[in-house]
Amino acid sequence: MWAFIHKLGSPKWFYGISARMQPWFWIAAVLLIAVGSVWGLAFAPADYQQGNSFRIIYVHVPAAFLAQSIFVGLAVSGLVFLVWKIKVADMAAAVMAPLGAAMTFIALFSGAVWGVPTWGTWWMWDARLTSMLILLFLYLGVIALRGAFSSRDSGSRAASVLAMVGVINIPIIKYSVDWWYTLHQPASFTLTSRPSMPVDMWWPLLLMVLGFYCFFIALTLMRTRNEILRREASKRWVRDLAREEG
Amino acid sequence: MAFDSLNEFLQMGGHAPYVWAAWCVTAALMVGAVLHARFERRSLLRDLKRRERRAMSELSRNEVNEA
Amino acid sequence: MPRSDTLTIRESRGGLGGAVAATLRRDLILMLRRRSEIMNPLVFFALVITLFPLGISPEPALLTTIAPGLLWVAALLATLLSLDSLFRADYDDGSLEQLLLAPQPLPALVLAKVAVHWLMTGLPLALMSPLLGLMLGLPGGSYLILAISLALGSASLSLIGAIGAALTVGLSRGGVLLSLLVLPLYIPVLIFGAGAVQAAILGDGAAAHLAILGALLSLALMLAPWGIAAALRISING
Repeated sequence: MWAFIHKLGSPKWFYGISARMQPWFWIAAVLLIAVGSVWGLAFAPADYQQGNSFRIIYVHVPAAFLAQSIFVGLAVSGLVFLVWKIKVADMAAAVMAPLGAAMTFIALFSGAVWGVPTWGTWWMWDARLTSMLILLFLYLGVIALRGAFSSRDSGSRAASVLAMVGVINIPIIKYSVDWWYTLHQPASFTLTSRPSMPVDMWWPLLLMVLGFYCFFIALTLMRTRNEILRREASKRWVRDLAREEG
Repeated sequence: MAFDSLNEFLQMGGHAPYVWAAWCVTAALMVGAVLHARFERRSLLRDLKRRERRAMSELSRNEVNEA
Repeated sequence: MPRSDTLTIRESRGGLGGAVAATLRRDLILMLRRRSEIMNPLVFFALVITLFPLGISPEPALLTTIAPGLLWVAALLATLLSLDSLFRADYDDGSLEQLLLAPQPLPALVLAKVAVHWLMTGLPLALMSPLLGLMLGLPGGSYLILAISLALGSASLSLIGAIGAALTVGLSRGGVLLSLLVLPLYIPVLIFGAGAVQAAILGDGAAAHLAILGALLSLALMLAPWGIAAALRISING
């Protein structure tokens, strides 16, 4: 077990294994997202209340799921980096943060656009959207803190601590915002929660969620490999690699 | 199939601007992220190779000097 | 030999309490010598509250409805303003490094520092808030709840904010970054703090809100000192 973890922590080993894993995740992501998109856009029945505007759900929900998962991922990699000093974990965290912020932005944008036909306004202080907005600020904080340090190691460790503090706070923020919303708004209907959703609507959503996760894993592997090349540029094996590829 | 014709599909029952805006922004960001990662990789490898070439030429120059 | 053993045991046992008390005393004295640093958040609090009637409208009915949130947001910003100086002076004169080198556990020592910070900003803000509430036309009966909720809540704010202050103390321009890091984490405290005052105005008991504020505070008391200590070590050693 320990040997495995330490092997995983070695950038060189990770660079090799990720090269072999990456194509599979790309294939899975493209297939799942393609099938899910066509199914969700063209074949799923229209919603009886919202008509065709509900098809935004197929990008809104996967993006929101991913946005929350990536923050947990940030905290876990931060913990691994702080406790075991595994550099690859920090490289993954460094590339995951911008992707998480992008996913949060997608969730916010699609939610706002969805609000126009549903609520008649671009922005409602809806519990879900508000939590997403706060999550975006948390992401921006982690990214900004990492960039603010002149030494990379300090920046990495500070960002790891902040990600862990944030992940403890996210459930508290989520519950308090939900509570605040029910207090101030008469429970009008929220975008995505509905009593019963036909199976034909669920399947494409499931495919899209899985596809987004595969996309996230594939892109993180790819960019972590880039980060390895950048940070380990003076290492022997990276230089050999550059010569071979040239 | 929830739509009868391509035109109807594009109109999305009157919700076209919203549905397509959300989907297009999502697609653009995701494709952009992939392109950015590819570009990043290519430029990193190019830098590495350039650095390697310089190191090699310096090495050979030193050998010539020593000889 | 046995004699020196008892000596070391006695020393380490008295060590932690003594060190915490010494840190408390030192920080209190330092703060009391710089009175303006205690006054600044209070003046800021009063100023922000003054701006709102000027910016929105002096109409009492409107002010009464927005008063709980207004008072809470202004108090929160005043706390935020004072955070940057929490570790700054100690960092500049090197006494923070001494604190890190002390044999006593760092979380306990930083807890003492945060306690002083709360005594010198959070508590005065809470004591002053009824006066500003009066000026905003807060209905009678909610003043006590306002002060209690602010006293409880600002302790959580000091604890959470200290993590951010510790993370940014080594940076030359940490001020804006500090607010970016800390404000999102303040949201639950703000919601339940302002909620308590609102509940008191509406006549529902505010006990539930105060209980949740207390729960948040105990959670922060449990976890934040470790976060602050880890953050300080990163800022000093990096």
